Amino acid sequence: MTNIVVLAKLVPDLVEELEIAESGTALDMEWLRLIINEFDNHATEQAIILKERSGGEVTVIAPEAEGANEMLYTIAAKGADRLIMLKGDFEDGINNHALARAFAGAAKELKPDLVLTGVQANDDLDGSVGPLVAEYLGMSYVGYISGVSVSGETVVARKEYPGGLIAEMEVTLPAVLGIQAGEEPPRYVAISKVRQMMKTATIDEQEVGDLDASGGAMVQRMYVPEAAERAEMLEGDEEEVAARLVEIFKEAGLV
Amino acid sequence: MPERVNYWGIPHNWGAPELYVYTIMFLAAFVMLFRFYRQASLWWKIGQPEARWDKLHLRLGRLIQYAIVQTKVLRQRYPGIMHVAIAWSYFVFFLGTALATIHDHFFEFLFGNTLIVYKFILDAFTIVFLVGAGMAIYRRYVQKPRRLTLEAGFTGSLTLITLIVLGGLFTESLRLAVEQPAWAWSSPAGWALAQLWIVTGASEATLTGWHLGVWVFHLLIVAITLITLPVSTLMHALTGPLNAFFSKLDTSFGALSPAKETPTGEPIYVSQLSDLSWKQLLDGDACTECGRCQEACPAFAAGTPLSPKKLILSIRDALHSNGSQLVGEAILPEALWACTTCGACIHECPVLIEHLDTIVDMRRHLVIEGDVDAELQDALTNLGRYGNSFGQSERMRARWSKGIEPKIKDAGKEPVEYLWFVGDYAAYSPTLTEITKKTAVVFQKVGLDFGILYKGENHSGNDVRRAGEEGLFEMLVEKNLKALERSEYQTIVTTDPHSYNALKNEYPANGNGKKPVLHYTELLDQLIASGELRFTKNLGYKVTYHDPCYLGRYNGIYDAPRRVIEATGCEIVEMPRCRDQAFCCGAGGGRIWMAEGEMSERPSEARIREAVELNAVTDFIVACPKDVTMYADAVKTTGNEAYIVVKDLIELVFEAM
Amino acid sequence: MNQDIFVVVEHLRGQVADISYIMLAAARDLAQATGGEVVAVLLGHNAQALASNLAANHVLYGDHSSLAEFTSDAYTQALAGLLSKEAPRAAFFGSTSIGSDVAGVLSARLGLPLVSSCVQIADGNLISQICGGKIMAESALSDEVTTLVTVIPGGYKPAQGQAQTSPAVTTFEVSIAAPRVSLKQYIEPEVADVDISAENVLIAVGRGIQTEDNLELAEELAELLGGVVCASRPVVDQGWLPTARMVGKSGKSVKPKLYLALGISGAPEHVEGMADAEMIIAINMDPDAPIFDIATYGAEIDLFDLIDPLLEALEGA
Repeated sequence: MTNIVVLAKLVPDLVEELEIAESGTALDMEWLRLIINEFDNHATEQAIILKERSGGEVTVIAPEAEGANEMLYTIAAKGADRLIMLKGDFEDGINNHALARAFAGAAKELKPDLVLTGVQANDDLDGSVGPLVAEYLGMSYVGYISGVSVSGETVVARKEYPGGLIAEMEVTLPAVLGIQAGEEPPRYVAISKVRQMMKTATIDEQEVGDLDASGGAMVQRMYVPEAAERAEMLEGDEEEVAARLVEIFKEAGLV
Repeated sequence: MPERVNYWGIPHNWGAPELYVYTIMFLAAFVMLFRFYRQASLWWKIGQPEARWDKLHLRLGRLIQYAIVQTKVLRQRYPGIMHVAIAWSYFVFFLGTALATIHDHFFEFLFGNTLIVYKFILDAFTIVFLVGAGMAIYRRYVQKPRRLTLEAGFTGSLTLITLIVLGGLFTESLRLAVEQPAWAWSSPAGWALAQLWIVTGASEATLTGWHLGVWVFHLLIVAITLITLPVSTLMHALTGPLNAFFSKLDTSFGALSPAKETPTGEPIYVSQLSDLSWKQLLDGDACTECGRCQEACPAFAAGTPLSPKKLILSIRDALHSNGSQLVGEAILPEALWACTTCGACIHECPVLIEHLDTIVDMRRHLVIEGDVDAELQDALTNLGRYGNSFGQSERMRARWSKGIEPKIKDAGKEPVEYLWFVGDYAAYSPTLTEITKKTAVVFQKVGLDFGILYKGENHSGNDVRRAGEEGLFEMLVEKNLKALERSEYQTIVTTDPHSYNALKNEYPANGNGKKPVLHYTELLDQLIASGELRFTKNLGYKVTYHDPCYLGRYNGIYDAPRRVIEATGCEIVEMPRCRDQAFCCGAGGGRIWMAEGEMSERPSEARIREAVELNAVTDFIVACPKDVTMYADAVKTTGNEAYIVVKDLIELVFEAM
Repeated sequence: MNQDIFVVVEHLRGQVADISYIMLAAARDLAQATGGEVVAVLLGHNAQALASNLAANHVLYGDHSSLAEFTSDAYTQALAGLLSKEAPRAAFFGSTSIGSDVAGVLSARLGLPLVSSCVQIADGNLISQICGGKIMAESALSDEVTTLVTVIPGGYKPAQGQAQTSPAVTTFEVSIAAPRVSLKQYIEPEVADVDISAENVLIAVGRGIQTEDNLELAEELAELLGGVVCASRPVVDQGWLPTARMVGKSGKSVKPKLYLALGISGAPEHVEGMADAEMIIAINMDPDAPIFDIATYGAEIDLFDLIDPLLEALEGA
């Protein structure tokens, strides 16, 4: 029986235009659409796979945000046993150091054997959550993981290096793993199952108290980058673009 | 005077012939009913309850139309004539026997001219039957169409029913050969055969003896036929009419039902036999294996693992022998996913089997299990998150309208007469932007007071539901209803037949304030009729028109688009498969979101080849945004760019204005 | 605290990773602003030779049998001691499978600020790229304590961090208590049918290719152009192409003459592996796709509309 905790957060959906807040040092939260961090989604999948394979209990912890309820119910529909939502002063965003301290505070109570979280998130500016939480919990951390098997007091994790090289790392439990990809792509959850969970599952809300954001980046300003050297755009219909491309290939001596 | 002689030539010294005839018949009928009950009781013992007892007068009408007149059977000439020749003959024989029984025991009326007419009709149908049986033999053993499965049971049943009729003919002819009455001509077939017996010169006693032998044989064959009926091909004579009687009322198949529920309100997702309703089990037993569904099925024609006939027969086989797990065993997920929900199978089925409902029920199971392919998963996730399958922001939904002046009204903000529900493909697909713009320009030119919902519109959910994602369908409906409720409008007009179907048939009518829903071809047709839309050019193209499944077969809109095309001055040359027989493009029911899988020929390619065969047709006119994409691709992949161009109907209208 | 900039050199199986040189180049920029030196920190076991071409003022080398292969636990133990003792102005780590494992843990353990995804140095400040490259953030260094930084490629070329002459190497003492993480074994990537990093022409497909069947179109194109097909991570995750064909952070880095990107949006993880291609041509329907920012040529067009005419035009060429 492995006691698994998954840490998940919502990140800006890059499908939408992103805007900078008036302060000039943060994203404008009002116009953001939030979406589950895709790596956290993989971490969730990995946790459920471990549970299905060898039993155990999966608890998901997420900070409060627009859409966090739905995200938690969706994870419950996949098979998570317990849902915890951290409540606090998150409205203007929260850096990963503060979030990691809050995560660690909530996770400590659960005495997890294994903590899984996404290896990174698109809005990480002060490192990713995983190694910070690991240190606050006094556990080891290994990231870039794409496969986990638990055996007794240790876990064997497949760590990815560039070029497709894999290192099998043996980690003594309890530990935190930063998941790059679950063993299987995240499964589809039917909306009716999520709606069912909304009726039956409960979210345990926990106040986190004062946030300690120390250790974060000292942001002077945020801005939308100007595309300095944008590509030369080929205009016209597909025939014209195709003809132009062939010219380019010829110039480069490729055909 | 012509008189009917009861039990002519049957010796009475064994006791009254009625006694043993009735005894044998009652026993046979009892055995038949008992065996039938044993089979039929499985329907409600295994199947889930489902209410199909409402509106009995309509159901009786269905029975008469489909089981007695057999209008669906008659949709195809050869097999239609063949089948009604046999079936109607038996209806007549049955009626004749009943009348004789009434005459014998209750009320004598079969004499004189009445008897002559009676005899003549029965005799004429003997000939009709023999023609039908001959056609059946030719079809099964010479023509052998691929769609038929030639099982031994069929030969047995055809032999039995032919022997019964021949038995009747022979006894009659032998009697006529002995009696040679003046009115013998009123039984032309019997009398003709009687000449043969007369020519043999056999004595009256010999002929009477032969008559007795054939009569006994005839009686026994009837008994055997009855006793074996519930396990033979003839079972469909009972289950077919029952299936027609219990068929879905109201709409033909435009509206699906949500998953059935257990008494405690838990939805039932169909993966095994006992998840099906009794009516779905009856579907299996009602199948006559005629194969019309399979012949009309685009997925089957494309070489996918789906045969609607095989699917229904898997249910029957599971019910009577092969164990209870359906999905994953008798029915492969790939077969379920191959369905385009075009509805041709249901439309062609002579006994009104509801293939599509069962397929969607099983897809619901697969979706709940998360057993969906990666592309479909992406599309469904996008639909859940952004309300469109393209995974783009809802703010981009009306991006196509950029540059249109004056700016199209926001129906969510100001009242309009027509609320234009644009649909996903027309709004987001870059290849369709021009066509969507032209639609807007046409609307503006005729001075239509219209608006769109901008980011308030979501995918209608039509194909989400048919892909088996009922929860997402409900969510999309809720979102759209919210946007519709906020808006003030008189009529909804859609570009997309799929949205049209959902809005018209599946959205709760009160959510839309019972406002009418029009497809843009219907609206244009009305505008032409009222004189508001006038053309300045006569295009003079020779075109063919492809009926979109969800406009034609689903909603019976065949003539409006044709009238509009003709009003632009184009001549329509019909493809062999047109109107309610139109062949699907292959995109429906969520197929457009899924991996294509192995195919021998894409349905869209088969369709383009069909159109090119017509010769001299320059334009392939469609009235569905998905069709533009599907067929433009098919024209390229079949190398027919030089011969035919795919155009949306609105392009003709735009050009002719 | 001194004004030196430390660079934790990454190496794997006897090879210094390109990110190390990139970090040295970035550190040089920053050191100029702070007025300190660039110090390369090399950890390993009998690995001193790896220091030979590092463009650093000098190298601190820590040797320990537990450092023979990278493990997060051994590295953090070795570095925690060093950083506390030396207190440089900043310490650079790769935003990689190695550096990211270590930097966060050290930040929490030593109470040091951490700035991640730094791509560029501007006036002594750190420019980070977040939200898939859609947002840039400029952060200052701490004046009181060492600032930890993780670096992503893009702002500097590896050559800028390579030196002709070997820097001076000083050894420092490393003590490592029983590590809780150990390397069991390496699993070699599947033997590839082709080595995409050696190809002149690459046809790269991303999510935009939609289905496995469509890969055939890319294959046809590759054949006509004398190249091979490679992919971004989502395509490989689907199992449509082997891992050996993956370009990007966890795949291969490639420098072909032509990189034709079909339906690739250009997420930083992918760009990392192909930004150095001589010519990048991007085909994408999204006008805002970041791939257009690094491409030589671009076309905002449906790749499925383009492929057929392009195949025809090439056949005719």
